[in-house]
Amino acid sequence: MYQFIARRLLSTIPVLAIVAVLVFMLLRLTPGDPAAILAGDAASTEQIEGIRKTLGLDQPLPVQFGIWLGQMLQGDLGESYYYKVRVTELIGQRLEPTLSLAALTIVIAILVAVPLGVVAAWRFGGWFDRALMGFSVFGFSVPVFVVGYLLVWLVSLKLGWFPVQGYKPMDDGFGPFLYHLVLPSITLSVIYIALLARVTRASVLEALGEDYIRTARAKGLTESRVLISHALANAAVPIVTIIGIGIALLIGGVVVTESVYAIPGLGRLTVDAVLSRDFPTIQGVILFFSLVYVVVNLLVDLSYVILDPRIRY
Amino acid sequence: MIVKRTLATLAAAAAFAGTFGIPAARAETTLVVVPHSNLAILDPIWTTAYMSRNHGYMIYDTLFGTDENSKIQPQMVGSWTVSADKKVYDFKLREGLLFHDGAPVTGEDVVASLARWGKRDAMGGALMTFVDKMEATGADAFRITLKEPAGFVLEALGKPSSNVPFIMPKRVAETDPTKQITEYIGSGPYVFVKDEFKPGDKAVYVKFDKYQPRKEKPSGTAGGKHVYVDKVVWNLALRDYQAQVNALANGEVDIIENVPFQHYATLLKNKDIEIRKSKIGLQYMCRFNHLHKPFDNVKVRQAVLASFRQQPFLQAQVGVKDLYKPCASMFTCGTPYGVSTGSEIQSKGSMRKAQELLKKSGYDGTPVVIMKPTDLSSIDKLPEVAAQLMRQMGMKVDLQAMDWQTLVSRRAKKDPVDKGGWNMFCTAWVSPDIGNPINNAALGARGAATPWFGWPEDAKLEELRAAFMRETDEKKKVALAGEVQKRAFEVGTHAPLGEYVQPQAGRKAIKGWITSGLAHTYWNIKK
Repeated sequence: MYQFIARRLLSTIPVLAIVAVLVFMLLRLTPGDPAAILAGDAASTEQIEGIRKTLGLDQPLPVQFGIWLGQMLQGDLGESYYYKVRVTELIGQRLEPTLSLAALTIVIAILVAVPLGVVAAWRFGGWFDRALMGFSVFGFSVPVFVVGYLLVWLVSLKLGWFPVQGYKPMDDGFGPFLYHLVLPSITLSVIYIALLARVTRASVLEALGEDYIRTARAKGLTESRVLISHALANAAVPIVTIIGIGIALLIGGVVVTESVYAIPGLGRLTVDAVLSRDFPTIQGVILFFSLVYVVVNLLVDLSYVILDPRIRY
Repeated sequence: MIVKRTLATLAAAAAFAGTFGIPAARAETTLVVVPHSNLAILDPIWTTAYMSRNHGYMIYDTLFGTDENSKIQPQMVGSWTVSADKKVYDFKLREGLLFHDGAPVTGEDVVASLARWGKRDAMGGALMTFVDKMEATGADAFRITLKEPAGFVLEALGKPSSNVPFIMPKRVAETDPTKQITEYIGSGPYVFVKDEFKPGDKAVYVKFDKYQPRKEKPSGTAGGKHVYVDKVVWNLALRDYQAQVNALANGEVDIIENVPFQHYATLLKNKDIEIRKSKIGLQYMCRFNHLHKPFDNVKVRQAVLASFRQQPFLQAQVGVKDLYKPCASMFTCGTPYGVSTGSEIQSKGSMRKAQELLKKSGYDGTPVVIMKPTDLSSIDKLPEVAAQLMRQMGMKVDLQAMDWQTLVSRRAKKDPVDKGGWNMFCTAWVSPDIGNPINNAALGARGAATPWFGWPEDAKLEELRAAFMRETDEKKKVALAGEVQKRAFEVGTHAPLGEYVQPQAGRKAIKGWITSGLAHTYWNIKK
C-alpha cells in the first residue's frame, strides 16, 4: 500500500514536468504580448519595448525557460506580470472561494443525487425513474449560465431570498459565507446531480440484480437495508470515481459560475491571466490544477480499498 | 410611565455623551462601485490604463484640473505667475496640503513627480522638450523655467486623462520610471487600503480626513473634492454585464461605470435607477497602417476616408440614437478645438466619390487585413462596417477575428502583413485623450518613429503640431488646431468615426455624482 502511494507520488514528477514544458511552449507560441497589454492603450512602441525588457521577454526562449524552471525547483511559481504579486499568493487568495464552491456543490450533489439514483433504480421503469432520467437529460443539456441567470432572476430578483452576486469569506461569519454561496452551488450542482444520479442509478441497478441481494431479501431484511447496506455499498466504487472526477473538474472549471456570480476564484483568475497573457500566473495555475488532478485521483484510488476489500495494491 | 422613564434615560445619556464629547454612533457609509475593468497596475504614471488613472484620482491630487467645459482650473496650486517673456512659471501650493502619512506636500515633491511623469507621458514628454529646469523655490512653491515659450504648460499640468501628472511624495516619485512604484501614498481625497486590495476581487479606499477641498463647486476633475462617504469599494469581481445590471437592480451595488448599450433601454425603465450621460464622450476611429500596401498610398487612404460616412458605424455599433452623434472633427466636438476644418473629404464623401478615388489611386487589389476584436462589445462592430464599405468600394478585405489583447499585441508590430503585421484596426478614445494636436496620438507623423501605431509620416503635419505647441495665444491656437486637422485629413492619418457617450448607471439614492466624461471620479457623492 505504502509502496503504491510512493510510486504514485513519484509518477507525478514526470506528469508535472511534461505539463510545465507544454504550457510554457504553448503560451509562447500563442499570439499576444503581455508588455503591450500592460502598457495600456495609449502607450508608445518604445514603452512596450521597455516593459518587454523589464519582464525578460526579450531573452531567448531557452533562457526564459531556464529562469522559470530554476524558480519552480525552489517552489517559486514566479511573480504575476499583471498584479506584481507572487503567483503562490494569488492562488492562495483565490483558493478559498473555489474550494468552498466546489465543496458545497459536491455536498448538494451527493445529498440530492445519490438518494434519487437509488430510488430510481429501486423503482426501475416507473414514473419516478423516468422523471429522473428526464431531469438528467435536462441537467446535461442546459448550459450552466442559463441555469444561473434563471435562478438569479427567480430566487434573487423576484423572491429576494439570496444575493445576486458576491462572495463572503468564512472570516466574515459562517452565515454570510453560506448565504452568498448557496445559489452558485445550486447552479453548479445541477449538472453534477444529473451525472451522479445517472451513475448511481446504473450502479445500484446492476447491484440489485446480484445474487447477494436476493439472499439479503430472502433473509428478510427490510428493503431500505437492502438498498443502502447492500446495493449502494457495492455500487460505491463508480459513484466515488465520479465524485472524485467531479471535485477535480470543479476546482479547475467553475469559470462560468464564478463569472455569473462574481466569485473571485481560481476560474476567474485563470481567465483573467489568459486574457492578459500573464504567463507566470497561467503556468502556476495550470501546474496547480495538474497537481490537484493527480492528488484527487490518488485519493479516489485509495478509497477503493476501503469501499471494496477485494481491491489490494 | 415606562415610556416617559425610558425617554428621560435616553435624554440623560444623550446629554452625557454631548458633555463629554462622545460622538453619536453613526452607520458607516460605503459606496460600492463596479468599475469598467479590473484594476491591476497601481502606478498611473507607469501605464496609460484608464483603471490605473481612475485609481490615481482616488488617492492623488493634481496641480491643475480640467472642468466640465474643458477649461484648466487650479487644484493643488493656490496661485501662480508667468513672466513677461512667458518663460518662467512660478507656482505656490495651497495651504494645508498633506500626504496620507501626514507629511506636507512640498515643491520638491512636485518637481520629482513632474520629472517622472515627463518621462512617461506623451504630452509630458512634449512639455519637457521646452523645459530648461524645474526647481523647488520654497517649502510650498516651485518654478518651471522654459527654454522658449510654450502654449500648453497649464494644459499639460491639468490634463485629465492618461497619464495624469499626479503628485506623489518625492521618495516615491524618484522611482525609476520604467519600474512600478510600490508605495501608494498620495494627498488625494481617499486613502488606498493596501491590505484590503485583492486583485480581481476588490479595491478599498477610505476617506482622508485631513484632505482640504477647494472652495469652488466640483466640476470635471477640478473644484472641491468633498468626500461624504466613509469608504468606497470597487467590486472588481463583477464583470459579467448581466450580473452587473442584476446587482444594481437588487441594490447590491451603487454605481456601474459602463452600461452596455444593449442594457440601456432596460435600465431606463427601472424607477430605482438613474442613467447618466456625460457631457463629453468618446470618439471612434479606424487607423491605417501607413508602412505597408495598400495604405502606404495616400490616394487609397483618401478613397477610404470618402467611403467612411460616420452614420453607418454609429448606427451599427451604438444603435441608441440618444447616445451617439456624428462629429466632423478629429478633436472633440463641443470643445474649443472641435472644428471641422478640412474634414470635407469624409464629411461630404460618398460611395461614388470613393470608388472614383480608388480607381485613380492605382490600387492593385492587395487585400486589407482588418483586425476585429471579438471580446470588446463597445467596438466589435466597427471593423464589420469598415470591411463592408471597403468591399462595396471595390477593395479586397480580410477580416481577422481575435481577442482584444491579441489585437493590442499585434498592432505594435511593424512587420509586413504576411509576417504577422496588419493594415487597419478600429478603436475608441476618451475625448480628453484626443482633445488637442499634442495629446491626440493619432496625429503624430514621424514615420516609424511615431510613438502610436500606424506610423504615418508627414513633415508638414509635424511642423504644424510644433507650431501649436509654441503658440500661446488662444485664438491662434484654435486656428492652428484647424490647420493640423486639415493636414491630417489630407495625409489620411486615420478616419474619425463619430462620437458616443458611454452611459453610467447608479441607484437613485446616490446624489452628487460627477459624470464629466473626463475620468471616473468618486468625490462629492452622498449616499
